[in-house]
Amino acid sequence: MTSRAFKENAFRLYLYFSVAVGVVALGALLLRVLIDGFGFVDEVLLFNPPSSNPDRAGARPAILATVWLLGLVFGMAVPGGIATALWLEEFAKKDRWYNRFLELNIQNLAGVPSIVYGILGLAFLVRGLGLGRVLLSGSMILALLVLPTVIISSREALRAVPDSIRQGGLALGATRWQVTFRSVLPAALPGIATGSILALSRAIGESAPLVLIGALTYVAFDPSPLNAFTALPVQIFQWIGQPQAEFKSLAAAAIIVLLVILLMMNLAAILLRNKFQRKW
Amino acid sequence: MAATDAFGKAQPASRRLGSARRRWGEDVGKGVLALCACLSIATTVGIVIALLLPAIEFFGTVSISDFYTGTNWAPLFEPAHFGVVPLVLGTLKITFIACLVCVPFGLGAAIYMAEYARPRIRAVLKPSLEVLAGIPTVVFGYFALTFTTPLLRSIGIDVDIFNALSAGIVVGIMLIPTVASISEDAMQAVPAGLRQGSYGLGASKYQTSTRVIVPAAISGIIASFVLAISRAVGETMIVAIGAGLMPTMTVDPRLQTETMTAFIAATGIGDVATGTIAYKTIFAVGLTLFVMTLFLNLFAIKMVRRFREVYE
Repeated sequence: MTSRAFKENAFRLYLYFSVAVGVVALGALLLRVLIDGFGFVDEVLLFNPPSSNPDRAGARPAILATVWLLGLVFGMAVPGGIATALWLEEFAKKDRWYNRFLELNIQNLAGVPSIVYGILGLAFLVRGLGLGRVLLSGSMILALLVLPTVIISSREALRAVPDSIRQGGLALGATRWQVTFRSVLPAALPGIATGSILALSRAIGESAPLVLIGALTYVAFDPSPLNAFTALPVQIFQWIGQPQAEFKSLAAAAIIVLLVILLMMNLAAILLRNKFQRKW
Repeated sequence: MAATDAFGKAQPASRRLGSARRRWGEDVGKGVLALCACLSIATTVGIVIALLLPAIEFFGTVSISDFYTGTNWAPLFEPAHFGVVPLVLGTLKITFIACLVCVPFGLGAAIYMAEYARPRIRAVLKPSLEVLAGIPTVVFGYFALTFTTPLLRSIGIDVDIFNALSAGIVVGIMLIPTVASISEDAMQAVPAGLRQGSYGLGASKYQTSTRVIVPAAISGIIASFVLAISRAVGETMIVAIGAGLMPTMTVDPRLQTETMTAFIAATGIGDVATGTIAYKTIFAVGLTLFVMTLFLNLFAIKMVRRFREVYE
């Protein structure tokens, strides 16, 4: 074998191995969770409140709180994110320093560690505003956390709408505002929806900032926005930290529930994309 | 004099392009959009204030040099010590191990997807990496504790229950999709002409990938590494679950450790009274963390913009 052929094959082997690391790790992770937790996904887990007795402990308040969070974060982050994206893409003068600063700021916010958002919540929402360690505080923090992601994906969707659509509208005498809301936004909506769902699925899996603002508590009642809460990932974290092995199995079972919720959200995003995506 | 149109017909002088009357509703609407855009500025300002004010109070009690050079971290003990070096060391250990995993394998996966994979394989591979990217970090933490650590023990590496090695490896696995997708984007943006030119000169796939594509996409690739480092530095749940909560002054990856993020989370959980110096450590450590990730993010953003400018 010539040295060139040897290098070629060695390199190929390295590439295959690289790909395998990610795929095998994903497989091992899913398998581990399924083996540990599948037997524990039952009505006790879904419908019981947490308990110090692993046989009776469930995740009902955590699951309901996660559904609440989903709705509240959606209501706050998505309109705000779309509005910002519309401003930056359709109205702002891009060469002005303040708009460029805005853009840089959003890109940086997307990379700020989630625990820092938790500190923000601790300082302003929980103590500053006196809102306390409640579900509403948690949802506001998560909304701020995913806002940059929603903005960035919405901007990409808006940018994918060809300029001829805008020019056609303007040529017919529509104002910029009319063109934006009657032509561009409807055309970009499937892309925006897909990106927003993916951003929301990130919020649902997030636990670090919630832990910091005090979601790691024993909550036996069904959640509401102005009460103490614990979300599903936080419940998982709490169970992982228990010394008894049964709680580890419960954690694995709750992970399965969480992954199923995320899977459904991702499926919805993919279906939306496939059904409504247009090639221009 | 009245203006004339293309046929020389007189037009009223007031007639001009654009809307005849001002649309106040639209101006208000635009104001609302701009206001929403300002929310992200407010978030940044809020973060800076939330971190800076308590941190300044903290540094009024503990000197900055003691904080950044001290090697004993025991804020909750009596007498308390506030040397942040063990926490920074813990973060660097995790980040270094994570990079050993995500840099070579993420880049390899990116080259494979951009240059080697047939469309069919790529159509399966890309979504599976996206799934990996979507797994919540608390699940990765569970994986570190119940899979990676026992695996390391079974191949003869004598690690603690909580250890930096296992957590670092899992953080690295979590970051493979980050490195792979940004690097792949950068490689896809390399003009096809460069690729064809290289093949036309008789170069092999390996030569084209390593000597043409990777150098041409280098700013995007570096950006992906830097973003991965930034995310490893800021990762909380995996290290809180997998690496433990005991600050250690050692580089031995088999032992327990505590990172800056894990400390913040653990102290936030515990019932530390507001206003105490122990409580304010959260903000001093948080500020350190924020500044570190800020510089990494700005550098990465700059590198990404560079490859976008060159090829798009």
